Amino acid sequence: MTPELLARLQAAQGALRPVALCTRLPDGAQAIFPDDALPASVANALPASVADAARAAVDADRIALVDGWFIHPHNPPLRLLIVGAVHAAQAMLPMAQGLGFAITVIDPRRAFATQERLPGVAINHEWPDDAMAALRPDSRTAIVTLTHDPKIDDPALDAALRSPAFYIGALGSRRTHAKRLERLGELGHAAEAMARIRAPVGLDIKAVTAAEIGLSIMAEIVAVRRGASTGR
Amino acid sequence: MSDDLLTTAAAWRANGEQVAIATVVETWGSSPRPAGSRFIVSDAGHMAGSVSGGCIEGAVAQAAATTMATGAPQLLDFGISDETAWEVGLACGGKLQVFLEKLG
Repeated sequence: MTPELLARLQAAQGALRPVALCTRLPDGAQAIFPDDALPASVANALPASVADAARAAVDADRIALVDGWFIHPHNPPLRLLIVGAVHAAQAMLPMAQGLGFAITVIDPRRAFATQERLPGVAINHEWPDDAMAALRPDSRTAIVTLTHDPKIDDPALDAALRSPAFYIGALGSRRTHAKRLERLGELGHAAEAMARIRAPVGLDIKAVTAAEIGLSIMAEIVAVRRGASTGR
Repeated sequence: MSDDLLTTAAAWRANGEQVAIATVVETWGSSPRPAGSRFIVSDAGHMAGSVSGGCIEGAVAQAAATTMATGAPQLLDFGISDETAWEVGLACGGKLQVFLEKLG
């Protein structure tokens, strides 16, 4: 790998641009999709069949071997949007960072959502409906609501249900969640759609402490991402 | 995590070290790390990441010395039918192929 190609790969990642590193085996000729698939950069243009496979690999976030080329997608990090700068959110941060998530904590209560309490993550002080509209969760985004406060959680869940987020979880007991479903139903969400919300949030590991709750939530997010059965 | 490894590799090189990057390109059976996993090594003895559960990193690091010296990439096969793999202890029963290249 040339330092120049590595720099281009890093620049794409810094710009949150999905690309694929394509390596011809075994001689190691390399190109970046889609940059080097364009006719403009003919010097090291990718064969059309490899470019097509690279597009599919990036979309599926899956490695491919096609016509002797190793296609390695480098997608932007998965995103985790946490609503509520609460204790459990703090506990989730180091785990989520280690798992490679880009994290944003959303909480309009400025006293809670401080850089001191939430080191190293993006903080959004907007109300969740505005925050969600700006952050535009996609299929590589997980959303967790933790405030217990319907004023804050409900608009976040309303927006989450209208997004293709791969994970939606809401803290709260079964009773709290039943009431929540009633309110969200009044906003026009069908029961099947609301079944996407995982509540009580997290894998059932009988979590008690904030750290254990954080662990159960992060474990469930990984399980959903990897297609594991979670017993719900 | 791979992304962090590329950043680390760039930093080692900027520090004047020779760097090799190993990437799992294909796996068969129960190999512990999926395709795309990376392991980086420098001539100063720095190592980061993994291409297995620790079974073959030593052998990859040895092979990396050649790639760092010549600049030529290598495609390495490890598996239970491979005597080298037994020597370095790939006991999990899986097979994997690793692409090894120099950063430079």
